[in-house]
Amino acid sequence: MSSDSFDIKKIALLARLKLTEEEQTRLGRQFEGILEHIDQLNQLDTEKVEPTSHVLPLQNVFREDEVQQTFEDGKYLPLAPRQDKDHYEVPQII
Amino acid sequence: MHQPTIAQAKHQLLEKKYSAVELLDAVYKRIDAVDDQVQAYIHLTRDIAHRQAEEADKKLAAGEDSPLLGVPIALKDLICMKDTPTTCASHILEKFVSPYDATVVQRLKAAGAVLIGKTNMDEFAMGSSNENSYFHVTKNPWDLSRVPGGSSGGSGAAVAANECMGALGSDTGGSIRQPAAFCGITGLKPTYGRVSRFGLVAFASSFDQIGPMTKTVEDAAILMNVIGGHDPMDSTSADVPLPDFTAALSNDIKGLKVGIPKEYFGKGLDPNVEKAVQEAIKTLESMGLQTVEVSLPHTEYAVATYYILACAEASANLSRYDGVKYGYRSEHADNLMDMYTNTREEGFGEEVKRRILLGTFVLSSGYYDAYYLKGQKVRTLIKQDFDEAYKKCDLMAGPIAPAPAFKLGEKLDDPLQMYLSDIFTISANLAGTPAISIPCGQSQDNLPIGLQLMGKHFDEATLLNVAHKYQQATEHHLQHPVL
Repeated sequence: MSSDSFDIKKIALLARLKLTEEEQTRLGRQFEGILEHIDQLNQLDTEKVEPTSHVLPLQNVFREDEVQQTFEDGKYLPLAPRQDKDHYEVPQII
Repeated sequence: MHQPTIAQAKHQLLEKKYSAVELLDAVYKRIDAVDDQVQAYIHLTRDIAHRQAEEADKKLAAGEDSPLLGVPIALKDLICMKDTPTTCASHILEKFVSPYDATVVQRLKAAGAVLIGKTNMDEFAMGSSNENSYFHVTKNPWDLSRVPGGSSGGSGAAVAANECMGALGSDTGGSIRQPAAFCGITGLKPTYGRVSRFGLVAFASSFDQIGPMTKTVEDAAILMNVIGGHDPMDSTSADVPLPDFTAALSNDIKGLKVGIPKEYFGKGLDPNVEKAVQEAIKTLESMGLQTVEVSLPHTEYAVATYYILACAEASANLSRYDGVKYGYRSEHADNLMDMYTNTREEGFGEEVKRRILLGTFVLSSGYYDAYYLKGQKVRTLIKQDFDEAYKKCDLMAGPIAPAPAFKLGEKLDDPLQMYLSDIFTISANLAGTPAISIPCGQSQDNLPIGLQLMGKHFDEATLLNVAHKYQQATEHHLQHPVL
C-alpha cells in the first residue's frame, strides 16, 4: 500500500473537514512520511493473528435498567450554539 | 508556607498547623507568582475551591476526616467538572461549560479534595509537547525554553512548579508518563479499565486512562485509592477488587524479578538517559530485586500501530463536534454541509485535523483491511510480547522517553519525529497494562530524566510499592526547579 492512494480531498470530505489549499499541500506531504512509516507493518506476517479491539476480556456488560435522574433538566439545550425554546436550530436540511 | 506533598498536607491539616483555606490561599499565591511564566493552567476555579476549602475546614473542626480533606488538586482540562469550563484546550469547546461531574471528580469531591483549576494540554490530548493547545504553550519549569511534555503537560508543570499538591492527567499514548518524566515528577498510567472514563472527554476509547500526577509515589497511591474502582457508568471499567494502594507500599519487595527489555536500550537513546536509567536499575538490584533480560520484539512497530488505531478511534469520537448540540459553530453555516465542514475547519487545530484525516483514511472503504485490521493484529502481537515477558518477571524497567525535554518548536514541523518520541510509552497503552514514571536523575543540562516501571494487568500495587521504595532509597524526586 503506498501513500499515492491518499486522496486528501476525498478523505477531508469523509471527515467533514474543509481544508484550505495550503493545508492540503502541507498535510498531504506529511502524510507521505507518516504512511511510509506505517507501511513497515507489512514486514510482519499477521495472516494467522487474531485482531485485538479491546485489551480486557469484556463481553456484554449489563447493568440494571433503573430509572434515575442522570442529568438535570434544562441544563443541556442552552449549551447549543443555536437553540430556541425546546429545540436545536440548524440550517435548513430539506 | 512551604508547599507540602499530599500526605504531608493531610497530616498538617489534621494537626491544625494551617487551615484548608490558608493552604488554598498559599497555592493561589504561588500560582499568581509563577504561572505567568509557566502557564500551566487554562482556568482557575477560585470561587468553587474557596467554598470547598471552607467546607473542609468545618469538617476538620468537627473532627471529621476523609482521604483528601482540604487538599488542593488540579484537573487536566478534559475531565468534566460541573459548572466549570471543560475545553480540551480546543477552540471548538472554548465556551463549553460541563453540566455534570466526571466520576473521578465525584470521587475527589467525596474525598474532600479542593479543586483549584483546569490545566493546559495538547488539544484533545493529541500531542507530546503541549504546543498544540489552542490557548497558550505551557513551559517546562526546569527550563522555560523547553516543552513540559504532553499531552498532560499542564498537570506535569503545575505539580513540578508547586502550583498544586497533585493533579490528574490522562494517558492514551504516554500522556501522563512523558510529561511526568520531562517535569521531574511521578505519574501513573493505571491498567486500562482501572479508573472510570465517565466524564473524560474521549480521544481513543480503547486506550484512554485517567491517572495521578504527583510529587511522590505515596501521593499517587493516595489518589489511586480515591479515583480507582468499578463504575457502572463506564461499561469498560473493570469490576475487579481495588487494593488499598497505600497499605501495599509496605509490602516486601525482595526477590521480585525486574525484566529489562533489551529493545528499550541502544540506538537512539540519549546517553544521559541511558546512564540514569542503568544507575536506577543498579539501585533496584541493591534494594533486593533480581534483574532479568526480556524481549519485547515488536517494539519498533508500536508507534505505527498506535497511530493507526488511536487515530481511527479519534476520527469516530470527534465526529460528535458538528456544531449542533454544544461547542463552537461557524458563522459561515448557510447549509448543513457548510455548517459541519466550516465549524470543524475553524474549530480544530492542525494536529487534531491530521489525526482525524489519518483515522478516516485507515477506516475508509478499500483501506480498512490494509491499515486498521492490520493494526489490530499487530496490537495482538505487542500484547503477546508483554504476556511472554511477564512469564519471566514481575515488572519491567526502562526509559520513559529517548531524551530529556526538547526545545519549544523543535519538533513542531515534523509530526513523525514527534510521534516517534513516544516509542517507549505507547506499548503499555497498546497492551492495556499499567506503567509509572518516576524521576531517576538529571541530564548535564539539569533536566529531569524518568524511569519507567511497567507492570502486569491490575498490578499497580507492585509498581507503586517498588517505585515508593526507590524514592525512599534515592533523592531524585526531592529535586525542584528554581522559579
